Amino acid sequence: MKYMLLMQFGRQADFPPITTWAPEELTAHIEFMHTTNQKLTAAGELVEAQGLAMPDQARIVRAGDGGAPVVTDGPYPETKEFLVGYWIVDCESQDRAIEIAASVSAAPGPGGKPLNMPIEVRQVMSGPSEEL
Amino acid sequence: MADPIIDDLLRELAPQVVGVLTRRTGDFDAAEDAVQESLLNAADQWPQEGVPDNPRGWLIQVAFRRMTEQVRNEQARRRREELVATQAPPEQRAAPPADEAHEADRDDTLILLFLCCHPALTPASAIALTLRSVGGLTTAEIAKAFMVPEATMAQRISRAKQRIKASGVPFRMPAAHERARRLGSVLHVLYLIFNEGYASSAGPDLQRVELSREAIRLAKMMHVLLPDDCEVAGLLALMLLTDARRAARTGPHGTPIPLAEQDRKLWDGKAIAEGIALITETLAKGAVGPYQLQAAIGALHDEAACAEETDWPQILALYGLLERMSDNPMVSLNRAVAAAMVHGPAAGLDMLKALDADGRLAGHHRFHTARAHLLEMSGDLRAAAEDYRVAASRTTNAPEHNYLTTRAAQLAATLPPEPGGVDTRT
Repeated sequence: MKYMLLMQFGRQADFPPITTWAPEELTAHIEFMHTTNQKLTAAGELVEAQGLAMPDQARIVRAGDGGAPVVTDGPYPETKEFLVGYWIVDCESQDRAIEIAASVSAAPGPGGKPLNMPIEVRQVMSGPSEEL
Repeated sequence: MADPIIDDLLRELAPQVVGVLTRRTGDFDAAEDAVQESLLNAADQWPQEGVPDNPRGWLIQVAFRRMTEQVRNEQARRRREELVATQAPPEQRAAPPADEAHEADRDDTLILLFLCCHPALTPASAIALTLRSVGGLTTAEIAKAFMVPEATMAQRISRAKQRIKASGVPFRMPAAHERARRLGSVLHVLYLIFNEGYASSAGPDLQRVELSREAIRLAKMMHVLLPDDCEVAGLLALMLLTDARRAARTGPHGTPIPLAEQDRKLWDGKAIAEGIALITETLAKGAVGPYQLQAAIGALHDEAACAEETDWPQILALYGLLERMSDNPMVSLNRAVAAAMVHGPAAGLDMLKALDADGRLAGHHRFHTARAHLLEMSGDLRAAAEDYRVAASRTTNAPEHNYLTTRAAQLAATLPPEPGGVDTRT
Protein backbone atom coordinates (compact mmCIF):
# COMPACT_ATOMS: atom_id res chain seq x y z
CA MET A 1 0.00 0.00 0.00
CA LYS A 2 1.30 3.40 -0.90
CA TYR A 3 1.01 6.39 1.39
CA MET A 4 1.95 10.02 0.93
CA LEU A 5 3.42 11.76 3.95
CA LEU A 6 3.00 15.52 3.72
CA MET A 7 5.27 17.69 5.78
CA GLN A 8 3.69 21.03 6.54
CA PHE A 9 5.07 24.08 8.27
CA GLY A 10 2.79 26.56 9.90
CA ARG A 11 3.51 30.28 9.90
CA GLN A 12 2.95 30.21 13.65
CA ALA A 13 5.07 27.12 14.21
CA ASP A 14 6.33 26.16 17.66
CA PHE A 15 9.90 26.71 16.52
CA PRO A 16 11.75 29.67 15.00
CA PRO A 17 11.91 29.95 11.19
CA ILE A 18 14.54 27.73 9.60
CA THR A 19 16.39 30.81 8.30
CA THR A 20 17.36 31.68 11.87
CA TRP A 21 18.87 28.30 12.81
CA ALA A 22 22.57 27.89 13.57
CA PRO A 23 24.64 26.18 10.84
CA GLU A 24 25.20 23.01 12.88
CA GLU A 25 21.46 22.79 13.60
CA LEU A 26 20.77 22.99 9.86
CA THR A 27 23.43 20.40 9.08
CA ALA A 28 21.97 18.01 11.63
CA HIS A 29 18.49 18.52 10.18
CA ILE A 30 19.63 17.92 6.58
CA GLU A 31 21.69 14.91 7.64
CA PHE A 32 18.64 13.48 9.39
CA MET A 33 16.54 13.78 6.22
CA HIS A 34 19.22 12.04 4.12
CA THR A 35 19.53 9.24 6.64
CA THR A 36 15.76 8.86 6.72
CA ASN A 37 15.61 8.40 2.95
CA GLN A 38 18.51 5.95 2.99
CA LYS A 39 16.78 3.92 5.69
CA LEU A 40 13.51 3.88 3.75
CA THR A 41 15.32 2.68 0.62
CA ALA A 42 17.13 0.01 2.63
CA ALA A 43 13.79 -1.12 4.04
CA GLY A 44 12.45 -1.48 0.48
CA GLU A 45 9.80 1.17 1.15
CA LEU A 46 10.83 4.45 -0.48
CA VAL A 47 8.98 5.41 -3.65
CA GLU A 48 9.79 9.08 -3.77
CA ALA A 49 10.85 11.99 -1.56
CA GLN A 50 10.90 15.62 -2.55
CA GLY A 51 11.40 18.94 -0.85
CA LEU A 52 9.62 21.97 -2.24
CA ALA A 53 11.02 25.48 -2.73
CA MET A 54 9.91 27.96 -0.08
CA PRO A 55 6.43 29.43 -0.49
CA ASP A 56 7.68 32.94 -1.26
CA GLN A 57 8.66 31.49 -4.63
CA ALA A 58 5.21 29.99 -5.16
CA ARG A 59 2.84 31.21 -7.84
CA ILE A 60 -0.90 30.77 -7.76
CA VAL A 61 -2.31 30.29 -11.23
CA ARG A 62 -5.89 30.61 -12.40
CA ALA A 63 -7.22 30.51 -15.90
CA GLY A 64 -8.43 33.91 -17.07
CA ASP A 65 -10.44 34.80 -20.17
CA GLY A 66 -9.81 32.32 -22.95
CA GLY A 67 -7.79 30.10 -20.63
CA ALA A 68 -4.81 32.48 -20.41
CA PRO A 69 -2.93 32.06 -17.11
CA VAL A 70 -3.47 34.70 -14.46
CA VAL A 71 -0.59 34.49 -12.00
CA THR A 72 -0.46 35.76 -8.43
CA ASP A 73 2.82 35.84 -6.50
CA GLY A 74 3.22 34.61 -2.97
CA PRO A 75 3.41 34.82 -0.05
CA TYR A 76 -0.20 34.43 0.85
CA PRO A 77 -1.30 35.78 4.17
CA GLU A 78 -4.47 33.67 4.03
CA THR A 79 -2.44 30.43 4.03
CA LYS A 80 -1.69 29.35 7.57
CA GLU A 81 0.22 26.24 6.60
CA PHE A 82 2.35 25.39 3.63
CA LEU A 83 3.74 22.21 2.22
CA VAL A 84 7.52 21.96 2.43
CA GLY A 85 8.03 18.41 1.23
CA TYR A 86 6.60 14.97 0.89
CA TRP A 87 7.43 11.28 0.84
CA ILE A 88 5.65 8.46 -0.94
CA VAL A 89 6.27 5.13 0.76
CA ASP A 90 5.14 1.64 -0.18
CA CYS A 91 4.66 -0.29 3.05
CA GLU A 92 2.73 -3.16 4.58
CA SER A 93 0.14 -1.27 6.60
CA GLN A 94 -1.19 2.08 7.73
CA ASP A 95 0.42 1.43 11.11
CA ARG A 96 3.83 1.29 9.44
CA ALA A 97 3.10 4.51 7.51
CA ILE A 98 2.22 6.19 10.80
CA GLU A 99 5.43 4.90 12.37
CA ILE A 100 7.47 6.41 9.51
CA ALA A 101 5.55 9.69 9.83
CA ALA A 102 6.33 9.85 13.55
CA SER A 103 10.01 9.27 12.91
CA VAL A 104 10.27 12.10 10.35
CA SER A 105 8.18 14.34 12.57
CA ALA A 106 10.93 14.10 15.16
CA ALA A 107 13.56 15.63 12.83
CA PRO A 108 15.99 17.71 14.90
CA GLY A 109 15.54 21.49 15.07
CA PRO A 110 17.08 24.27 17.15
CA GLY A 111 19.19 22.93 20.00
CA GLY A 112 18.94 19.46 18.47
CA LYS A 113 15.46 19.09 19.95
CA PRO A 114 12.85 17.19 17.91
CA LEU A 115 10.58 19.51 15.95
CA ASN A 116 7.57 17.21 16.25
CA MET A 117 6.06 18.89 13.24
CA PRO A 118 2.71 17.68 11.88
CA ILE A 119 2.90 15.06 9.14
CA GLU A 120 -0.27 14.34 7.23
CA VAL A 121 -0.60 10.68 6.20
CA ARG A 122 -2.72 10.05 3.11
CA GLN A 123 -3.27 6.80 1.28
CA VAL A 124 -2.49 6.90 -2.45
CA MET A 125 -5.38 5.65 -4.59
CA SER A 126 -3.39 2.80 -6.05
CA GLY A 127 -5.11 0.00 -4.18
CA PRO A 128 -6.30 -3.16 -5.90
CA SER A 129 -9.78 -3.29 -7.38
CA GLU A 130 -12.11 -6.25 -7.48
CA GLU A 131 -14.62 -7.14 -10.10
CA LEU A 132 -17.93 -5.56 -9.14
CA MET B 1 14.99 -8.98 -22.88
CA ALA B 2 13.95 -8.27 -26.41
CA ASP B 3 13.61 -11.76 -27.87
CA PRO B 4 10.39 -13.38 -26.60
CA ILE B 5 11.58 -16.93 -27.33
CA ILE B 6 14.85 -16.43 -25.46
CA ASP B 7 12.92 -14.59 -22.76
CA ASP B 8 10.60 -17.58 -22.23
CA LEU B 9 13.49 -20.02 -22.21
CA LEU B 10 15.40 -17.99 -19.62
CA ARG B 11 12.39 -17.71 -17.34
CA GLU B 12 11.80 -21.42 -17.53
CA LEU B 13 15.43 -22.24 -16.76
CA ALA B 14 15.93 -19.61 -14.03
CA PRO B 15 14.51 -21.58 -11.06
CA GLN B 16 16.30 -24.76 -12.14
CA VAL B 17 19.66 -22.99 -12.21
CA VAL B 18 19.07 -21.32 -8.85
CA GLY B 19 18.13 -24.75 -7.50
CA VAL B 20 21.26 -26.51 -8.79
CA LEU B 21 23.60 -23.85 -7.46
CA THR B 22 21.85 -23.52 -4.11
CA ARG B 23 22.04 -27.26 -3.55
CA ARG B 24 25.70 -27.32 -4.52
CA THR B 25 26.88 -24.32 -2.52
CA GLY B 26 24.31 -24.14 0.25
CA ASP B 27 24.13 -20.38 -0.31
CA PHE B 28 20.74 -19.39 -1.73
CA ASP B 29 21.41 -15.66 -1.43
CA ALA B 30 24.65 -15.71 -3.47
CA ALA B 31 23.36 -18.30 -5.94
CA GLU B 32 20.26 -16.24 -6.63
CA ASP B 33 22.32 -13.09 -7.24
CA ALA B 34 24.71 -14.95 -9.55
CA VAL B 35 21.86 -16.45 -11.57
CA GLN B 36 20.30 -13.04 -11.98
CA GLU B 37 23.58 -11.84 -13.50
CA SER B 38 23.88 -14.86 -15.76
CA LEU B 39 20.32 -14.25 -17.03
CA LEU B 40 21.20 -10.65 -17.85
CA ASN B 41 24.33 -11.85 -19.69
CA ALA B 42 22.32 -14.40 -21.65
CA ALA B 43 19.64 -11.86 -22.58
CA ASP B 44 22.48 -9.68 -23.82
CA GLN B 45 24.51 -12.27 -25.72
CA TRP B 46 22.13 -14.92 -27.00
CA PRO B 47 20.13 -12.76 -29.42
CA GLN B 48 23.41 -11.89 -31.21
CA GLU B 49 25.47 -15.04 -30.77
CA GLY B 50 22.66 -17.57 -30.90
CA VAL B 51 21.31 -19.80 -28.13
CA PRO B 52 24.02 -22.24 -26.93
CA ASP B 53 23.49 -25.97 -27.47
CA ASN B 54 23.02 -26.50 -23.77
CA PRO B 55 21.44 -23.26 -22.49
CA ARG B 56 20.90 -24.63 -19.01
CA GLY B 57 24.54 -25.71 -18.76
CA TRP B 58 25.68 -22.32 -20.06
CA LEU B 59 23.71 -20.51 -17.34
CA ILE B 60 25.01 -22.84 -14.62
CA GLN B 61 28.62 -22.32 -15.73
CA VAL B 62 28.35 -18.54 -15.96
CA ALA B 63 26.51 -18.23 -12.66
CA PHE B 64 28.92 -20.58 -10.91
CA ARG B 65 31.87 -18.57 -12.23
CA ARG B 66 30.26 -15.44 -10.79
CA MET B 67 29.85 -17.13 -7.42
CA THR B 68 33.48 -18.26 -7.46
CA GLU B 69 34.69 -14.78 -8.34
CA GLN B 70 32.53 -13.43 -5.57
CA VAL B 71 34.06 -15.79 -3.04
CA ARG B 72 37.60 -14.93 -4.28
CA ASN B 73 36.99 -11.21 -4.01
CA GLU B 74 35.49 -11.69 -0.63
CA GLN B 75 38.48 -13.70 0.52
CA ALA B 76 40.96 -11.19 -0.87
CA ARG B 77 39.16 -8.47 1.01
CA ARG B 78 39.20 -10.51 4.16
CA ARG B 79 42.92 -11.23 3.81
CA ARG B 80 43.57 -7.53 3.38
CA GLU B 81 41.67 -6.90 6.53
CA GLU B 82 43.67 -9.67 8.17
CA LEU B 83 40.60 -11.60 9.06
CA VAL B 84 40.50 -15.34 9.13
CA ALA B 85 39.01 -16.74 5.98
CA THR B 86 36.53 -19.31 7.13
CA GLN B 87 35.33 -20.48 3.77
CA ALA B 88 36.91 -23.26 1.78
CA PRO B 89 39.01 -22.08 -1.16
CA PRO B 90 37.05 -22.12 -4.39
CA GLU B 91 39.36 -24.79 -5.88
CA GLN B 92 37.96 -27.28 -3.41
CA ARG B 93 34.45 -26.67 -4.51
CA ALA B 94 33.33 -28.87 -7.30
CA ALA B 95 31.63 -27.09 -10.17
CA PRO B 96 28.36 -28.82 -10.86
CA PRO B 97 28.52 -30.72 -14.14
CA ALA B 98 26.63 -28.72 -16.74
CA ASP B 99 24.71 -31.73 -17.97
CA GLU B 100 23.56 -32.85 -14.56
CA ALA B 101 20.46 -34.98 -14.70
CA HIS B 102 17.29 -32.95 -15.08
CA GLU B 103 15.33 -35.13 -12.72
CA ALA B 104 16.16 -32.94 -9.75
CA ASP B 105 14.94 -29.82 -11.56
CA ARG B 106 11.31 -30.45 -10.78
CA ASP B 107 12.03 -30.76 -7.10
CA ASP B 108 14.39 -27.78 -7.16
CA THR B 109 11.77 -25.50 -8.68
CA LEU B 110 9.22 -26.62 -6.09
CA ILE B 111 11.65 -26.22 -3.19
CA LEU B 112 12.49 -22.77 -4.48
CA LEU B 113 8.80 -21.84 -4.53
CA PHE B 114 8.37 -23.07 -0.96
CA LEU B 115 11.42 -21.05 0.08
CA CYS B 116 10.41 -17.80 -1.65
CA CYS B 117 6.85 -17.98 -0.29
CA HIS B 118 7.96 -18.84 3.24
CA PRO B 119 5.44 -17.65 5.84
CA ALA B 120 8.24 -15.75 7.67
CA LEU B 121 8.19 -13.21 4.81
CA THR B 122 5.73 -10.37 4.40
CA PRO B 123 3.47 -10.79 1.35
CA ALA B 124 5.16 -7.92 -0.52
CA SER B 125 8.64 -9.39 -0.08
CA ALA B 126 7.53 -12.96 -0.88
CA ILE B 127 5.95 -11.66 -4.10
CA ALA B 128 9.11 -9.80 -5.14
CA LEU B 129 11.42 -12.70 -4.33
CA THR B 130 9.21 -15.25 -6.11
CA LEU B 131 9.04 -13.14 -9.26
CA ARG B 132 12.82 -12.83 -9.35
CA SER B 133 14.02 -16.27 -8.22
CA VAL B 134 11.30 -18.48 -9.67
CA GLY B 135 9.90 -16.18 -12.35
CA GLY B 136 13.33 -15.16 -13.66
CA LEU B 137 12.30 -11.49 -13.91
CA THR B 138 14.90 -8.79 -13.46
CA THR B 139 14.78 -6.46 -10.47
CA ALA B 140 14.12 -3.58 -12.89
CA GLU B 141 11.10 -5.35 -14.38
CA ILE B 142 9.64 -6.13 -10.95
CA ALA B 143 10.23 -2.54 -9.77
CA LYS B 144 8.42 -1.22 -12.82
CA ALA B 145 5.50 -3.59 -12.32
CA PHE B 146 4.99 -2.28 -8.77
CA MET B 147 5.88 1.30 -9.67
CA VAL B 148 8.67 1.70 -7.13
CA PRO B 149 12.32 2.66 -7.80
CA GLU B 150 14.70 -0.17 -8.68
CA ALA B 151 16.89 0.52 -5.63
CA THR B 152 13.88 0.10 -3.34
CA MET B 153 12.88 -3.18 -5.00
CA ALA B 154 16.48 -4.46 -4.87
CA GLN B 155 16.52 -3.80 -1.13
CA ARG B 156 13.16 -5.48 -0.64
CA ILE B 157 14.48 -8.62 -2.35
CA SER B 158 17.77 -8.52 -0.49
CA ARG B 159 16.00 -8.17 2.86
CA ALA B 160 13.73 -11.08 2.00
CA LYS B 161 16.79 -13.24 1.35
CA GLN B 162 18.42 -12.13 4.60
CA ARG B 163 15.25 -13.03 6.41
CA ILE B 164 15.26 -16.51 4.90
CA LYS B 165 18.91 -16.91 5.81
CA ALA B 166 18.24 -15.75 9.38
CA SER B 167 15.32 -18.11 9.81
CA GLY B 168 17.61 -21.03 8.88
CA VAL B 169 15.15 -22.69 6.49
CA PRO B 170 17.07 -25.43 4.70
CA PHE B 171 16.94 -25.84 0.91
CA ARG B 172 14.90 -28.99 0.93
CA MET B 173 11.30 -30.11 0.59
CA PRO B 174 9.20 -29.19 3.66
CA ALA B 175 8.44 -32.10 5.98
CA ALA B 176 5.18 -33.94 5.33
CA HIS B 177 3.40 -32.47 8.37
CA GLU B 178 3.96 -28.86 7.31
CA ARG B 179 3.66 -29.39 3.58
CA ALA B 180 -0.03 -28.46 3.31
CA ARG B 181 0.46 -25.19 5.18
CA ARG B 182 3.52 -24.26 3.11
CA LEU B 183 1.73 -25.11 -0.11
CA GLY B 184 -1.09 -22.84 1.04
CA SER B 185 1.43 -19.98 1.37
CA VAL B 186 2.74 -20.60 -2.16
CA LEU B 187 -0.77 -20.59 -3.63
CA HIS B 188 -1.63 -17.44 -1.72
CA VAL B 189 1.44 -15.61 -3.07
CA LEU B 190 0.61 -16.64 -6.66
CA TYR B 191 -2.97 -15.48 -6.09
CA LEU B 192 -1.72 -12.09 -4.84
CA ILE B 193 0.54 -11.69 -7.89
CA PHE B 194 -2.43 -12.45 -10.12
CA ASN B 195 -4.65 -9.91 -8.33
CA GLU B 196 -1.97 -7.23 -8.49
CA GLY B 197 -1.89 -7.57 -12.27
CA TYR B 198 -5.64 -7.86 -12.51
CA ALA B 199 -6.10 -4.64 -10.57
CA SER B 200 -3.75 -2.55 -12.65
CA SER B 201 -4.90 -3.51 -16.10
CA ALA B 202 -5.48 -0.07 -17.54
CA GLY B 203 -4.81 -1.39 -21.02
CA PRO B 204 -1.81 -3.16 -22.45
CA ASP B 205 1.45 -1.54 -21.41
CA LEU B 206 4.36 -2.96 -23.35
CA GLN B 207 6.84 -1.45 -20.92
CA ARG B 208 5.47 -3.41 -17.98
CA VAL B 209 5.60 -7.08 -17.20
CA GLU B 210 2.07 -8.40 -17.12
CA LEU B 211 1.71 -9.75 -13.59
CA SER B 212 -1.52 -11.72 -14.22
CA ARG B 213 0.08 -13.56 -17.12
CA GLU B 214 3.18 -14.17 -15.02
CA ALA B 215 1.02 -15.59 -12.20
CA ILE B 216 -0.75 -17.86 -14.69
CA ARG B 217 2.62 -19.03 -16.05
CA LEU B 218 3.83 -19.85 -12.51
CA ALA B 219 0.54 -21.60 -11.67
CA LYS B 220 0.84 -23.66 -14.88
CA MET B 221 4.37 -24.58 -13.89
CA MET B 222 3.14 -25.67 -10.46
CA HIS B 223 0.36 -27.68 -12.01
CA VAL B 224 2.95 -29.56 -14.10
CA LEU B 225 5.03 -30.17 -10.97
CA LEU B 226 2.07 -31.27 -8.81
CA PRO B 227 -0.51 -32.58 -11.31
CA ASP B 228 -2.49 -34.43 -8.62
CA ASP B 229 -2.97 -31.49 -6.27
CA CYS B 230 -6.56 -30.33 -6.68
CA GLU B 231 -6.09 -26.87 -5.17
CA VAL B 232 -3.15 -26.10 -7.48
CA ALA B 233 -5.38 -27.02 -10.41
CA GLY B 234 -8.24 -25.04 -8.84
CA LEU B 235 -6.13 -21.91 -8.53
CA LEU B 236 -4.94 -22.21 -12.14
CA ALA B 237 -8.53 -22.67 -13.34
CA LEU B 238 -9.67 -19.68 -11.25
CA MET B 239 -6.96 -17.50 -12.82
CA LEU B 240 -7.79 -18.62 -16.36
CA LEU B 241 -11.53 -18.09 -15.89
CA THR B 242 -11.06 -14.66 -14.30
CA ASP B 243 -8.42 -13.45 -16.73
CA ALA B 244 -10.65 -14.52 -19.63
CA ARG B 245 -12.91 -11.53 -18.84
CA ARG B 246 -10.03 -9.04 -18.86
CA ALA B 247 -10.84 -7.26 -22.14
CA ALA B 248 -14.44 -6.64 -21.05
CA ARG B 249 -13.98 -5.68 -17.42
CA THR B 250 -12.82 -2.09 -17.82
CA GLY B 251 -13.85 0.83 -19.95
CA PRO B 252 -11.83 3.92 -20.86
CA HIS B 253 -9.32 5.02 -18.17
CA GLY B 254 -9.67 1.64 -16.46
CA THR B 255 -13.19 2.38 -15.17
CA PRO B 256 -14.63 -0.92 -13.95
CA ILE B 257 -17.60 -2.43 -15.78
CA PRO B 258 -19.81 -4.70 -13.61
CA LEU B 259 -20.07 -8.33 -14.70
CA ALA B 260 -23.72 -7.95 -15.72
CA GLU B 261 -22.90 -5.08 -18.07
CA GLN B 262 -19.79 -6.54 -19.72
CA ASP B 263 -19.71 -7.20 -23.46
CA ARG B 264 -19.39 -10.98 -23.37
CA LYS B 265 -18.19 -11.11 -26.97
CA LEU B 266 -14.91 -9.70 -25.64
CA TRP B 267 -14.38 -12.63 -23.28
CA ASP B 268 -11.57 -15.02 -24.22
CA GLY B 269 -13.37 -18.22 -25.30
CA LYS B 270 -10.19 -20.26 -25.46
CA ALA B 271 -9.17 -19.43 -21.89
CA ILE B 272 -12.73 -20.12 -20.71
CA ALA B 273 -12.74 -23.55 -22.41
CA GLU B 274 -9.35 -24.36 -20.88
CA GLY B 275 -10.44 -23.23 -17.41
CA ILE B 276 -13.76 -25.10 -17.54
CA ALA B 277 -12.11 -28.33 -18.73
CA LEU B 278 -9.54 -28.10 -15.93
CA ILE B 279 -12.00 -27.35 -13.13
CA THR B 280 -14.46 -30.01 -14.34
CA GLU B 281 -11.75 -32.65 -14.39
CA THR B 282 -10.43 -31.53 -10.99
CA LEU B 283 -13.78 -31.40 -9.18
CA ALA B 284 -14.37 -35.00 -10.28
CA LYS B 285 -11.37 -36.07 -8.19
CA GLY B 286 -13.21 -35.18 -5.01
CA ALA B 287 -10.72 -33.28 -2.80
CA VAL B 288 -12.63 -30.00 -3.03
CA GLY B 289 -11.03 -26.81 -1.67
CA PRO B 290 -11.68 -23.05 -1.69
CA TYR B 291 -9.80 -22.29 -4.94
CA GLN B 292 -11.72 -24.99 -6.76
CA LEU B 293 -15.03 -23.62 -5.50
CA GLN B 294 -14.13 -20.11 -6.61
CA ALA B 295 -13.09 -21.49 -10.01
CA ALA B 296 -16.42 -23.35 -10.26
CA ILE B 297 -18.25 -20.08 -9.55
CA GLY B 298 -16.11 -18.32 -12.17
CA ALA B 299 -16.99 -21.07 -14.66
CA LEU B 300 -20.73 -20.56 -14.07
CA HIS B 301 -20.38 -16.85 -14.81
CA ASP B 302 -18.26 -17.47 -17.90
CA GLU B 303 -20.64 -20.12 -19.26
CA ALA B 304 -23.65 -17.81 -19.31
CA ALA B 305 -24.28 -16.36 -22.77
CA CYS B 306 -25.86 -13.30 -21.13
CA ALA B 307 -26.15 -12.06 -17.54
CA GLU B 308 -29.80 -13.23 -17.33
CA GLU B 309 -28.77 -16.81 -18.09
CA THR B 310 -26.38 -16.98 -15.12
CA ASP B 311 -27.05 -20.05 -12.97
CA TRP B 312 -27.45 -18.11 -9.71
CA PRO B 313 -28.98 -21.00 -7.68
CA GLN B 314 -25.86 -23.04 -8.37
CA ILE B 315 -23.61 -20.07 -7.53
CA LEU B 316 -25.53 -19.54 -4.27
CA ALA B 317 -25.00 -23.19 -3.35
CA LEU B 318 -21.28 -22.96 -4.08
CA TYR B 319 -20.90 -19.82 -1.96
CA GLY B 320 -22.67 -21.74 0.82
CA LEU B 321 -20.03 -24.48 0.61
CA LEU B 322 -17.25 -21.92 0.46
CA GLU B 323 -18.63 -20.11 3.51
CA ARG B 324 -18.53 -23.32 5.51
CA MET B 325 -14.96 -23.99 4.42
CA SER B 326 -13.46 -20.55 5.03
CA ASP B 327 -14.66 -18.14 7.67
CA ASN B 328 -14.27 -15.13 5.39
CA PRO B 329 -16.80 -12.26 5.53
CA MET B 330 -16.12 -11.46 1.85
CA VAL B 331 -17.52 -14.88 0.97
CA SER B 332 -20.63 -14.12 3.04
CA LEU B 333 -20.94 -10.82 1.20
CA ASN B 334 -20.88 -12.57 -2.17
CA ARG B 335 -23.34 -15.16 -0.91
CA ALA B 336 -25.76 -12.38 0.05
CA VAL B 337 -25.55 -10.95 -3.49
CA ALA B 338 -26.15 -14.43 -4.96
CA ALA B 339 -29.13 -14.89 -2.61
CA ALA B 340 -30.58 -11.61 -3.85
CA MET B 341 -30.27 -12.82 -7.43
CA VAL B 342 -32.11 -16.05 -6.55
CA HIS B 343 -34.67 -15.00 -3.92
CA GLY B 344 -34.92 -11.26 -4.50
CA PRO B 345 -33.17 -8.23 -2.97
CA ALA B 346 -34.93 -8.48 0.42
CA ALA B 347 -33.32 -11.87 1.11
CA GLY B 348 -29.87 -10.48 0.28
CA LEU B 349 -30.41 -7.34 2.35
CA ASP B 350 -31.43 -9.47 5.35
CA MET B 351 -28.17 -11.37 5.10
CA LEU B 352 -26.26 -8.11 4.85
CA LYS B 353 -27.89 -6.95 8.10
CA ALA B 354 -26.42 -9.95 9.89
CA LEU B 355 -23.07 -9.31 8.24
CA ASP B 356 -23.17 -5.65 9.29
CA ALA B 357 -23.82 -6.67 12.90
CA ASP B 358 -20.87 -9.06 12.70
CA GLY B 359 -18.64 -5.99 12.30
CA ARG B 360 -15.71 -7.51 10.45
CA LEU B 361 -16.57 -5.64 7.25
CA ALA B 362 -17.39 -2.40 9.07
CA GLY B 363 -16.80 0.52 6.73
CA HIS B 364 -15.36 -1.68 3.99
CA HIS B 365 -16.14 -0.20 0.58
CA ARG B 366 -17.18 -3.59 -0.83
CA PHE B 367 -19.87 -3.96 1.81
CA HIS B 368 -21.36 -0.61 0.81
CA THR B 369 -21.02 -1.37 -2.93
CA ALA B 370 -22.87 -4.65 -2.50
CA ARG B 371 -25.60 -3.09 -0.35
CA ALA B 372 -25.96 -0.19 -2.80
CA HIS B 373 -26.47 -2.72 -5.58
CA LEU B 374 -29.15 -4.62 -3.66
CA LEU B 375 -30.89 -1.42 -2.54
CA GLU B 376 -30.95 -0.31 -6.18
CA MET B 377 -32.54 -3.66 -7.11
CA SER B 378 -35.15 -3.18 -4.41
CA GLY B 379 -36.02 0.29 -5.73
CA ASP B 380 -34.70 2.26 -2.76
CA LEU B 381 -32.63 4.56 -4.93
CA ARG B 382 -32.03 7.19 -2.29
CA ALA B 383 -30.42 4.74 0.11
CA ALA B 384 -28.55 3.12 -2.80
CA ALA B 385 -27.06 6.44 -3.86
CA GLU B 386 -25.96 7.07 -0.27
CA ASP B 387 -24.24 3.67 -0.08
CA TYR B 388 -22.48 4.24 -3.41
CA ARG B 389 -21.24 7.56 -2.02
CA VAL B 390 -19.92 5.91 1.15
CA ALA B 391 -18.27 3.17 -0.93
CA ALA B 392 -16.64 5.83 -3.14
CA SER B 393 -15.18 7.56 -0.11
CA ARG B 394 -13.75 4.29 1.22
CA THR B 395 -12.14 2.70 -1.82
CA THR B 396 -8.42 3.22 -2.42
CA ASN B 397 -8.60 2.45 -6.13
CA ALA B 398 -8.91 5.54 -8.33
CA PRO B 399 -10.93 4.09 -11.26
CA GLU B 400 -13.28 2.41 -8.77
CA HIS B 401 -13.68 5.72 -6.97
CA ASN B 402 -14.64 7.39 -10.25
CA TYR B 403 -17.10 4.63 -11.07
CA LEU B 404 -18.81 4.68 -7.65
CA THR B 405 -19.03 8.48 -7.56
CA THR B 406 -20.59 8.54 -11.03
CA ARG B 407 -23.01 5.76 -10.11
CA ALA B 408 -24.17 7.70 -7.02
CA ALA B 409 -24.63 10.83 -9.13
CA GLN B 410 -26.62 8.93 -11.78
CA LEU B 411 -29.01 7.58 -9.15
CA ALA B 412 -29.31 10.93 -7.39
CA ALA B 413 -30.19 12.61 -10.69
CA THR B 414 -33.29 10.38 -11.05
CA LEU B 415 -34.60 11.26 -7.60
CA PRO B 416 -37.09 13.97 -6.80
CA PRO B 417 -35.84 16.53 -4.26
CA GLU B 418 -36.24 15.24 -0.72
CA PRO B 419 -39.58 16.45 0.69
CA GLY B 420 -38.99 19.37 3.03
CA GLY B 421 -35.24 18.95 2.64
CA VAL B 422 -32.62 20.75 0.68
CA ASP B 423 -31.83 19.38 -2.74
CA THR B 424 -28.19 18.44 -2.35
CA ARG B 425 -27.69 18.01 -6.07
CA THR B 426 -27.05 21.70 -6.66
